[in-house]
Amino acid sequence: MRTRTSSTPAIVGSPARRDRVRRVLRHPVLVHSAGGVFVLWAVATLTFFAVRLIPGDPAQAVLGGPGSQASPEALAAVRAEYGFDQPLFVQYLRELGRLATGDLGRSYALNMDVAPLLLAQLGGTLTLALLSLAVAWLLALALATWSTQGGRAARAFGSGLEITAAALPHFWLATALIIVFSTGLGLLPPISVPGPVGLILPVLTLAVPLAGFLGQIMRESFEAALESPFVLSARARGEGELGIRFVHVLRHAALPAVNLSGWAFGSLISGAVVVETIFARPGLGRTLLNAVTVRDVPVVIGVVLIVALAYIVMTLATDLAGAALDPRGKRA
Amino acid sequence: MSELEVQATLSRGERERRRGRGRVTPFELLAVVVALFLLVAGLMPGLLAPGDPLGIDPNAAFGPPSAAHWFGTDESGRDIWTRVVHGAGTSLLIGFAATAIGLGLGLVLGTVAGMLGPVVDFSVNRLLEVLFAFPGLLLALLFILIFGPGVWTATVAVGLSAAPGYARIIRGQLIAVRRSAFVEAATVLGRTPRQLLVRHILPNTLAPLFVLGTLGVGQAIVWASALSYLGLGAQPPAAEWGAMLSAGRTYLTTAWWMSFFPGLVIVLTAVAATVLGRAIERRARYA
Amino acid sequence: MSVGRSAGPHPAGAPVARVRNLTVAFGDNTVVSDVSFDVEPGRCLALVGESGSGKSVTARSLLGLAGAGASVHADELGIAGSSVLGLSERAWRRRRGRDVGLVLQDALVSLDPLRPVGREVADSLRLHTPLGAAARQARVRELLAAVGLPDAGQRMRQRSGELSGGQRQRALIAAAIALDPPLLIADEPTTALDVTVQAQVLELLESLKKAGTGILLISHDLAVVSRVADDIAVMSAGRIVETGPTAQLLSAPTHPITRRMLAAIPAGVPRGATLALPHPVRSPLADARNGSRGRDGAMIPTTATDSRAGASEEARAEARWDARQRASEVVLEARGLSKEFRRPDGTRQLAVDNVSFALHRGTTLGIVGESGSGKTTTARLVLALTTPDAGEVRLLGQPFTGIPEGERRTLRPAIGAVYQDALGSFDPRFTVREILHDAVTGGRPRSPASAAAPARVAELVDAVALPQTLLERRPLALSGGQRQRVSIARALAARPDVLVCDEPVSALDVTVQAQVLDLLDELQRELGLSLLFISHDLGVVQHMSDTVAVMQNGCIVETGDAASVFEAPAHPYTRQLLNAVPLLPAGPARPA
Repeated sequence: MRTRTSSTPAIVGSPARRDRVRRVLRHPVLVHSAGGVFVLWAVATLTFFAVRLIPGDPAQAVLGGPGSQASPEALAAVRAEYGFDQPLFVQYLRELGRLATGDLGRSYALNMDVAPLLLAQLGGTLTLALLSLAVAWLLALALATWSTQGGRAARAFGSGLEITAAALPHFWLATALIIVFSTGLGLLPPISVPGPVGLILPVLTLAVPLAGFLGQIMRESFEAALESPFVLSARARGEGELGIRFVHVLRHAALPAVNLSGWAFGSLISGAVVVETIFARPGLGRTLLNAVTVRDVPVVIGVVLIVALAYIVMTLATDLAGAALDPRGKRA
Repeated sequence: MSELEVQATLSRGERERRRGRGRVTPFELLAVVVALFLLVAGLMPGLLAPGDPLGIDPNAAFGPPSAAHWFGTDESGRDIWTRVVHGAGTSLLIGFAATAIGLGLGLVLGTVAGMLGPVVDFSVNRLLEVLFAFPGLLLALLFILIFGPGVWTATVAVGLSAAPGYARIIRGQLIAVRRSAFVEAATVLGRTPRQLLVRHILPNTLAPLFVLGTLGVGQAIVWASALSYLGLGAQPPAAEWGAMLSAGRTYLTTAWWMSFFPGLVIVLTAVAATVLGRAIERRARYA
Repeated sequence: MSVGRSAGPHPAGAPVARVRNLTVAFGDNTVVSDVSFDVEPGRCLALVGESGSGKSVTARSLLGLAGAGASVHADELGIAGSSVLGLSERAWRRRRGRDVGLVLQDALVSLDPLRPVGREVADSLRLHTPLGAAARQARVRELLAAVGLPDAGQRMRQRSGELSGGQRQRALIAAAIALDPPLLIADEPTTALDVTVQAQVLELLESLKKAGTGILLISHDLAVVSRVADDIAVMSAGRIVETGPTAQLLSAPTHPITRRMLAAIPAGVPRGATLALPHPVRSPLADARNGSRGRDGAMIPTTATDSRAGASEEARAEARWDARQRASEVVLEARGLSKEFRRPDGTRQLAVDNVSFALHRGTTLGIVGESGSGKTTTARLVLALTTPDAGEVRLLGQPFTGIPEGERRTLRPAIGAVYQDALGSFDPRFTVREILHDAVTGGRPRSPASAAAPARVAELVDAVALPQTLLERRPLALSGGQRQRVSIARALAARPDVLVCDEPVSALDVTVQAQVLDLLDELQRELGLSLLFISHDLGVVQHMSDTVAVMQNGCIVETGDAASVFEAPAHPYTRQLLNAVPLLPAGPARPA
């Protein structure tokens, strides 16, 4: 279709250049990164003000909580050092400044700098989350592929399996897995040990419910795609059932699941809180839980920020993957 | 719950409606039975379990499942079956309350975003984006950090965590309906904005909410139990399922039934909620 | 352009497809009964019929793809000389693509939208030949060039959504002929294509035929078929009711169903003459106005037996047109309308460029154009669903655009609309009764008008020739023609002066289309409606319009009274459009 500029004579270069600049600015990575920075800032702001709602004297919290019986001099010193006596807005700006330089403060309870503490834990949680995502994908794909090949009974069974799996709470599944594999069969350790063996049960616990959820999504697209005209065209060229599934339908089925993987990653991190606690695995989740229990504010803020960052990066990755699979433009 | 899941739900409903599935499947029947059981347990627990959920009997502690104690006994000799039945009411209440909070807040946010013009929409969208960066339990944990643990704090926390998901779905549905061909046709017929809203937009937007709510109650119960399990929700000796699971954690190898049965009931509740939700939307507007 | 057929092993002259007494059933439901035909090499047989006649199922049985649960029986079913009866799935897979190719309609969904087009075309090569990747690529390039796609190298890497409608369809054909199958089955290959593109695709099929491929063409459109087919078989309710060489069948049809389909084609039928013949099974009723009741309850207006071509009819039409022009009240006017859109990639596009027209009372103005011509945007501007960037619309002499919606609402009852997608224009929760009741009461269920509403609803239902029993149904449970009638009834509720019809019959079978067009004509006569009739189908526009405006790329390139524009087009684009319209061969008069 011809592009026609408006009929009034205009300066030739100007609207074209503006359009080009506009197109560059719309590049997904740029847009996403800008959005990510905004989200991080907003998360930091939200947590800053939310934390100010905690009842009690923040200076006392630093020194160990309400029962710490700290001396007034110590309290005053803490107030001056942390700036608790400053107006709220000034404290906010100081905090932003600190965060921008990567200084996440100092843990109340553990007497360590937060940033190095969390970075050490990050690896463990990331491994757990990414591995679980991969396993969940494999399980979901396998089930969707297999069950759509059979008749109605196979499909109903597959669907039922997915619904049940998706409804399994992490804490129950972990418990059940421990009972079966550890206590019962004695195959795997109940508590996570370093090394791949210690990952098996935690990963399964996280992956199975997610697989149920992803499987339901994929099954939708699978079944819809199997009835579409392009599959008929492919069959008319002599493509067999397996070929149809792998060459054609898979891409379509995977699309909504890819779009959801960013959100799925987030829910995995959330699930890691439970899983790391049950299996006594070191990680951000367990650290967060402990921090919430003892009201160790800097650690909580630190975890929240790191998780937000990880989530933003993951969403960018899934957006790019989705666009690579389907360049047709913004979907849902 | 994510909007894509709901889009999938809505389109699956379309296809199933076209295939004309009017019969009741065995899954659905089972789900109805479970739902009835839960309702009775919630409203009249004494009917199903006449004992005292808090009644201690040290002699009978750690008893495995038997004829006298169907689900066994816990570390204080309390009958687990009784506690599970009595816990149903609490869990259902938590589930409904949390879902109501989430849906209510989501409705407000989603409607505001969808109806008040592009600037408001943009702002609310950014807000939702930020809230999504607190995945799953994190928002709930933050809430509990501020307001302290407890069963009702946990309920509100779960509701707040679910709100952004609902908001996004409602906004999406609202925008889709506003742009739809039949709303345009109604405009051509000369309907005022208020008439459009009341006769066409709202009913079509709110229709899927019933299904969402049903699915949501199941999820809310699971999340609230998770918080209790972590010690941040209902506190012992309350007969709440998650708390019971938490208590059973230390005795996993010796008294597995303490954790297993409460957990089983949670799973059954969540599955039943999902199946029922799907069953309803399959039959909705089945012409 | 040449698509060379390798000297195949099968002897010239023997049919590439041989079908004897084919019967296909799904459980108790027999969809195809005792169908027999041959497809000769280098010739094209067209299977013609309405939706549900069984033509697609027949075609797919020749691929072993009749569908899950289908039981296929035949005395003979052979492709390229060997029988395919009772073949195993694996044996079928060896034949598909190699002995027989399939071209479906709408390449946007018939090609995998996520795969590059080149890979789709190479599929048959990958499945049936030992060619390596490089050799396959080379062959794909050849094929794409052979079907007339320029820049084959670049096109190969694009996906179907990035190509134009015509390019996609050609790529789809290339994919089907990759291995030079002796038999090519084309199932509605030109539906949803612009007229000019349709002509090119038919030309391509013609050249394939000349190169020796035997073509089985499935279509509901006799005019399209007449361009390519050597023989035609008409199907109805699963049986072949008439068969014969194209020229003979079209000039002297014997079976009533064939005649009905021929009579329904609007192109060339003078203004005001009815298109729909009564259903052959029913007897015409005495009351010509109310027409006869069909088996499904839909009313079909009976025709006066001499209402077809004839000097008296033409004279009457001319007189009518003159009278209308003299009653020169302009009910709807567009002056200098322009509308610009921004595309997703940021560039601007002028959808409507300085469009002006005037619609006189009691007449029909037809706006015709291909996809992208801006006709739909024009309709939306006229209905004030979008605001123009420039220009204005005047309804009954009063400004309709550029005023606040509150004021405009008082004018809205004077203009109604009928849409292409009738189902989408109904609130999914309403029954037919509720749709009409809502329209009659103006959206206020408790207004003073609501007492008289049920009577008015019944009146409207009668006016569009629908049985009262349909009131309780939901639109989902109605046929396409019935839905469009409900849509018309709804539009008439407010007694409008102007009716905007945006592609109202494009999605309907030719005979149903005829009924709806006749209905619109009748309503115009009875109610004095002025119609703004928008369509891409020149035949329909020619039949329905008094004046016509031809749109291309957002501009009106030619306008004037319909007869002169279509007989002596001035603008080259109009001429191009007219040349591309598949018309029936001129010959003895079409059946009365």
